[in-house]
Amino acid sequence: MKTGSSRQRTLIRIGQKVLSLHALFSYLFLYLPIIILIIFSFNNSKSVFRWAGFTTHWYLDLFSDPRIMSALKNSLIVASASTIASTIFGTMVSIAMERYDFFGKLPFDALLYLPIVIPDITMAVMLLVFFVTIHMPLGLHTIIISHIAFNISFVSVTVRARLASLDPALEEAAQDLYANEWQTFWKVTFPLLLPGIIGGALMAFTLSLDDYVITFFTAGARSTTLPLRIYSMVKTGVKPDINALSSLMMMVSMALVVLSLLLQRKGGEGVTIQ
Amino acid sequence: MAESIPAVELEHVTKRFGNVVAVNDVTLRIAEGEFFSLLGPSGCGKTTTLRMIAGFEMPTAGVVRIRGQEMGETPPFKRPVNTVFQSYALFPHLTVAQNVAFGLEMQKVPRKEIKQRVAEALEMVRLPQMANRKPKQLSGGQRQRIALARALVNRPQVLLLDEPLGALDLKLRKAMQLELKALQSQVGITFIYVTHDQEEALTMSDRIAVMNEGRVYQVGTPREIYERPNSRFVADFIGETNFLTGRVEEVRGEQAVVLVDGTVRVVGTLTGPVSRGQEVTVAIRPEKLRLRPTGEVQGRVEELIYIGTDTRYVIRLTERSRLTVRTQNVGIGDSQRFRQGERVGLEWNDESALVLVE
Ligand SMILES: Nc1ncnc2c1ncn2[C@@H]1O[C@H](COP(=O)(O)OP(=O)(O)OP(=O)(O)O)[C@@H](O)[C@H]1O
Ligand SMILES: [Mg+2]
Repeated sequence: MKTGSSRQRTLIRIGQKVLSLHALFSYLFLYLPIIILIIFSFNNSKSVFRWAGFTTHWYLDLFSDPRIMSALKNSLIVASASTIASTIFGTMVSIAMERYDFFGKLPFDALLYLPIVIPDITMAVMLLVFFVTIHMPLGLHTIIISHIAFNISFVSVTVRARLASLDPALEEAAQDLYANEWQTFWKVTFPLLLPGIIGGALMAFTLSLDDYVITFFTAGARSTTLPLRIYSMVKTGVKPDINALSSLMMMVSMALVVLSLLLQRKGGEGVTIQ
Repeated sequence: MAESIPAVELEHVTKRFGNVVAVNDVTLRIAEGEFFSLLGPSGCGKTTTLRMIAGFEMPTAGVVRIRGQEMGETPPFKRPVNTVFQSYALFPHLTVAQNVAFGLEMQKVPRKEIKQRVAEALEMVRLPQMANRKPKQLSGGQRQRIALARALVNRPQVLLLDEPLGALDLKLRKAMQLELKALQSQVGITFIYVTHDQEEALTMSDRIAVMNEGRVYQVGTPREIYERPNSRFVADFIGETNFLTGRVEEVRGEQAVVLVDGTVRVVGTLTGPVSRGQEVTVAIRPEKLRLRPTGEVQGRVEELIYIGTDTRYVIRLTERSRLTVRTQNVGIGDSQRFRQGERVGLEWNDESALVLVE
């Protein structure tokens, strides 16, 4: 009896050690490559494998490379346009789904989440076939349309989460105090949804900025975005300027994601847990 | 009073949700300036009734009128009523003053007047110093008062309140009951008040509608409801009552002789038409019964509980029936008057025993 329980305790202790080691390795596995990438973006050498002192000239090079600057411009155009459109549509869809009943709501609801669950490559092929079928020439506009298509889903997931936790009595109170539907939306619903809407928008911007697969399929000859540019640079050999570009993109994406999460958590006001 | 137009009128109003009948053929007339309560157990349709007056729900059948105006499909923002919600529903992104000003702004009242009326409303609920706080920074009782101010500032014709004191603790609740009642007589606005607390309804209301399973069982003043319940449900829901079941032996005008459990004869006042041989319930409140050393109706003291102001006796009347008797402890020796196991006589005024059919 005694030996049994002490053996058990030892087993548990070993188990805990193994688990924490496991967690440590998981984080290393995830973040070590990123850390190495950032370190070597400051490496004063053409080689990616040997350290030769600190420099920032790879970063400066980026900004004088016209091909990178044009890719950056394209990326920002696509991300901004698709974010604005998907935020508006995504918010409207969320309100329709949460507040109104209409014919065919359930299948529509399921379809709304499709872009989140289906593989990027499937969606990319589908969109390409669609554009070819309607004889639409590929270019920035087709990338924007495609990004809107998947971003609506992500925006509406975030906005709906917020909407679902909003006390419906607040909107009723507004109507009781002589606000019509329009005034109720702008005076009460919208301000309370805003953190969710901005969170969704930041998420959409990040996803658009980072997308490769769908963009690759729907881009035209002169509509290269940053991820496409990086990939074509890698094909001609990995140089530290790629490290620098990747580090920058990662930093921007991470900042956006953190901001988005903060906004969604912030302002639990008006949100009830039932 | 019978001449004037009622503040709110419900005529054969029914509300169904799918196959749930939440409100079933309710007819009510609520007079101008009245403090009217809807009282009943959970799920009996009180909130649904109130929401149909406010315009958040539309009746499946029947008519709602406010000051004689048929409401039909009129949306809430066009009805001359305001609501105090159970959860208060204060706008969390606005300050207290902005919350109170909301209704006036929507009605396009001039700025100067808004400022003045908001200040008055905050004064009325005695929270003028809270104007710039957010609702999150208020206590439950303070939120409750701001919700009240936000509704009353609009000077509605009717104020609807859905268990507005439900979330407060007992002591605060008692204080707010008196405050609300005083406020109502001060502003003279018709209050329609939803509660499941019978004591609250009795203390505050001019009239009460007792509801159960979507139906209105009885409408009357607190005294009428308490002294003259028209059904077993109402008698049981309001206060404490003894029930005896038996058959009608004889009808004598307003009264009937009922043979309880086939052994004891009691005389009670009729609340509706009965016929001989009919199965009925006789209801008697514990404080209406008097104990005597002997009498026509007799029982045995089974239990005796001293509770300070009163003594509570449980008397075995028949094999199946017991009666609770409450006697006030006027003198010091009162509680020792009757002992456990002793045979006693029971007396009451004929109008205190009610013969209930339903
Ligand atoms: N929107 C709705 N959809 C379906 N059923 C509903 C809806 N609203 C109310 N009901 C049902 O109608 C009945 C009456 O509900 P109501 O809220 O009016 O009761 P209540 O008397 O206010 O109860 P409580 O004291 O618990 O608040 C209940 O059976 C309830 O489940
Ligand atoms: Mg209710």
